[in-house]
This record gives sequence, structure tokens and C-alpha cells, in this order.
Amino acid sequence: MAAVYPATFLALLVVAWFAVTATELVEPYIIPSPGDTWQAFADYPDYLWEHTLVTTGETIAGFAIAGVVGVLFAVLMVYSSTLEKTFYPLILFAQVIPKIAIAPLFVVWLGFGASPKILVAVLMAFFPVVISGISGLRSVDPELLELTSTMGASPVKTFWKVRFPAALPELLSGLKVAATLAVTGAVVGEFVGANSGLGYVILQANGNLDTAMLFAALIIMSILGILLFAVIQVAEMFLIPWHASRRNRR
Amino acid sequence: MPTRTADGDRRGPRGGAARPQGPMVAVQGVDVTFRTKSRTVHALSGIDMTIEPGEFLSIAGPSGCGKSTLLRVIAGLTEPSAGQVTLRGTPVVGPRRDVGFVFQRAALLDWRTARSNILFQAEMRGLPKAWARKRADELIEMTGLTGFENAMPFELSGGMQQRVSLCRALLHEPDVLLMDEPFGALDALTRENMNVELRRVWEATGMTVVLVTHSVTEAVYLASRAIVMGPRPGRVIEEFTVDIPGHREYEPTLESPEFQRLSARVRELLGSGAD
Repeated sequence: MAAVYPATFLALLVVAWFAVTATELVEPYIIPSPGDTWQAFADYPDYLWEHTLVTTGETIAGFAIAGVVGVLFAVLMVYSSTLEKTFYPLILFAQVIPKIAIAPLFVVWLGFGASPKILVAVLMAFFPVVISGISGLRSVDPELLELTSTMGASPVKTFWKVRFPAALPELLSGLKVAATLAVTGAVVGEFVGANSGLGYVILQANGNLDTAMLFAALIIMSILGILLFAVIQVAEMFLIPWHASRRNRR
Repeated sequence: MPTRTADGDRRGPRGGAARPQGPMVAVQGVDVTFRTKSRTVHALSGIDMTIEPGEFLSIAGPSGCGKSTLLRVIAGLTEPSAGQVTLRGTPVVGPRRDVGFVFQRAALLDWRTARSNILFQAEMRGLPKAWARKRADELIEMTGLTGFENAMPFELSGGMQQRVSLCRALLHEPDVLLMDEPFGALDALTRENMNVELRRVWEATGMTVVLVTHSVTEAVYLASRAIVMGPRPGRVIEEFTVDIPGHREYEPTLESPEFQRLSARVRELLGSGAD
């Protein structure tokens, strides 16, 4: 099992963490001990769970919207060079703006609810989906497209039977990147103005110098990102078992 | 071979409604010029030819003589700069449905089994499913793919993949089978086997085949008529009838005087670069 390697490394890190805190090399408010961090989970399970749900909801909503809109844009841009010329610079522009810098603006526009956080998550996750979608849809064998033209197939049929399946491997790679970015986006949104969510938990814990709680929130965030990533990994197993990237891992 | 065709509006080569009289393919004064930013390539110049129903025509020539372009013009995949092509009596003005096309690379859908790749042809054309399945089974048997129906393309050898591609091109009983160096990427032995198979399929069906190749042996062994093209600009330099009637066993055919005479002549025309 390939999981042995990261698991071993992670175990070593935890041991090192134990060692550093047990020898009191650093103050507990700088790095809390694993025990203290565990205590944060044990003492406030409902509190953490509630805020985790909020962030999870925002992340999934942001990821889903970015996925659908991203694929839509990719399709439009591959089929129309006018649309590509129109949208590409704008999409690039939206990507290079630091999201943390425009997040406050979204709060001003959309208030303190979930929508500004979802919007930041969408904005962060959108770019890899569009880019991988475009490159995936373009990667189809041109001979296959010529072949379908001798079959008298409609463009719609050609899209669903040839272009889209051929684009799936690259698209799924983009979605994996997007999944991890969606978590970041949601938390960034929460940093700017929120009264719930893991970003809010972190800000609160930071204010109280409660680093154990901060660590707990960080751990949950990582797990959230990894889980979302794993869901797409599993989807790959079912959707593209034929692709070289999956075949070779036997 | 089944005698009925799948869809009523197009006529199958064997059975169904009558085919219009006259040649299967007529190429008249075809010129093709490709313009890129830096230069202009005169790919084909003044091509005239007719291909009769049931003929096996080989087009041989060195790389860059425009033989593939000519095939693409016949299929409607490339538009000629001048001249016109008529297929079954109707002018070619865009990709034609009544052809079967085989590329040099098998161009299979990686996510489908061999059988499903063959049936792809029927799916895209909306042919009746039951008919298509029966026809696919016949083709699988005819081309020796039995036992590999459910293999994915990556599990198949190059020769097997090309067989699948051939079955796909034959599924809808096209009037003309157009093949663009279909065996060019295969090793010598597999290529020989595929030549024998293709010859057998043609002998069994009597369909019209146009084969583009740079192999002299392949061109002469398979063809009832062969055309040799020359480069810059691409043009027909000589034409032969391959007068070896009936069934052609591989070795005896290659040793026959007619075969040797013709291949020697084709090699001479192509220069030392031919294989």
C-alpha cells in the first residue's frame, strides 16, 4: 500500500511534535502539545462540529459552482474563438487578483452570510477548472473528430461521445486542484468577516492565544481538503479506469 | 455479409436500392494548395482519375507526394483549391457519410472496448442496434478479433487495434473504403498478415477500396490497379493494372513474374527511397 509512506512520515512528525513539546523547548502558547490539541477536540466537539459544517457547506457549494461554471466556460471558449478572446484575459485577471484583497469587497456587497465566502471559494477554484477543461477538450485526437464528421454525427453527439470523455482525465486533475483551493477560499472568506466557520474559529482562538484550538481547526481544515481530494480520486477510478494515469498504478 | 442495409436513405454497396451508373469515384482536375504564413505548398496538381465499383486501387508514392491529401479530398475532409470530386454520382462538398475511413493510427476511443469501438460507427449514425451488433460480430469474426471483443485498446497490440479500426470502417457497409497508410505503423510481419487479411476481406466482399501506401509490396500485392505519384507538385506519374487474377496467396503472388515485374517498375519510379 502506497499509504504506508505518508503515514510513516506523518507518524514521525507527530513523534517530533511530542518531543518538542514534552522537553518544553518552546512555550505551549507557541506550539501546543498533541495532548492539549486533543483536549481541544475533546472539550469542544459540538463547537468544532458546528463550525466545520459551515465551512464544509461553503467549500462544497463553492467547488460545485466553480466546477459547473468552469466547465461551461471551457466548452464555450473551445468552441468559439471570439468567446475565448473575450473571456480569457478577464479570467486571467480574476485569477491574478489576490483573493484576500477583494474578499472585504464581497462582504460589503453580499453581507455576512455564506454567499461572500462561497464567492471567494468559487473564484479560487474556478481557474484550474477552466484551464484544465480547455486543455482537455483541445487534447482530443483530431483524427477522431474527422472520423465523426464522416459519420455525419451532430456536434452535440460528438461532444458527449468523443470530446467530453477525452477531456475527463485533464479535467479531473484540474478538479483535484480546485477542491483544495475551495477550502482555502472558504476560510479566506471567513477571515474577512464572519461569525461562524473554521476561519472564524481560528481568528477567535488566535485572539485568545488558544493555540491548541487553533491547531485543532487547522487539522480539521486539512482533513476537509484531503477528503474532497479523495472523493475526486475515487471518481477517477470509476470514470477513467482506461487512462494511463490510472492504468500504471498496479 | 447481410444483404440489407441499415438505413433506407443511403444505398449499401451490396443489395438495397440500385447504385447510380458510372464510376464509383471521379476526380476531375483536382488541385490543392496549402498556404502557411511562410510558404505555399502545391500539394496536388491536375489530378484526373476514375475508380470503378469493386476496384482495389493502390496509390503509392514517396512522402510528401500528396497521396494522403488526395484520399482526404475524396472523403471530403480536405477541400480542393480547384477541380471536383464525384462520389457515387454526387459531388463531394464536405465530409462524406458514405465512406469508411481508416487512418494510419487506429484512432480508437480509449474508454471503450474493441466491440464498443466498432459499434461507435453505428451509434453516431443512429443505425438499428440489433442489426449493428450482428454486423459487428460478423466483422469481428472475419478480421480474426474473436476473443478480443471486450479488450480495451491499451490491451491490444498495434495490429489488433488496426483490425478494430478496420471493422469500425466497414460496419455501416460503406460504398468505398478509404485507407490512409493503415499499416504504416506496424512491424513487417504483422503488416504482411494484415495485407493477407485485407485482401481476403476484399475478395469476399468485392467492395471498392482506395489504399494509400508507401510500401511497394503492399501496393502491388493488394491492388487490382495501382497508381504511382510523384512529389512537388503531387501528380500521377504512372498507372498499372495488376493482372494477377483470382485469389492471391501471399508467397506465390510475391514470387510471380507479374508481381516482380510491376514492383521493379514501381521501385524504379519511386527511386531508391522506396521499401
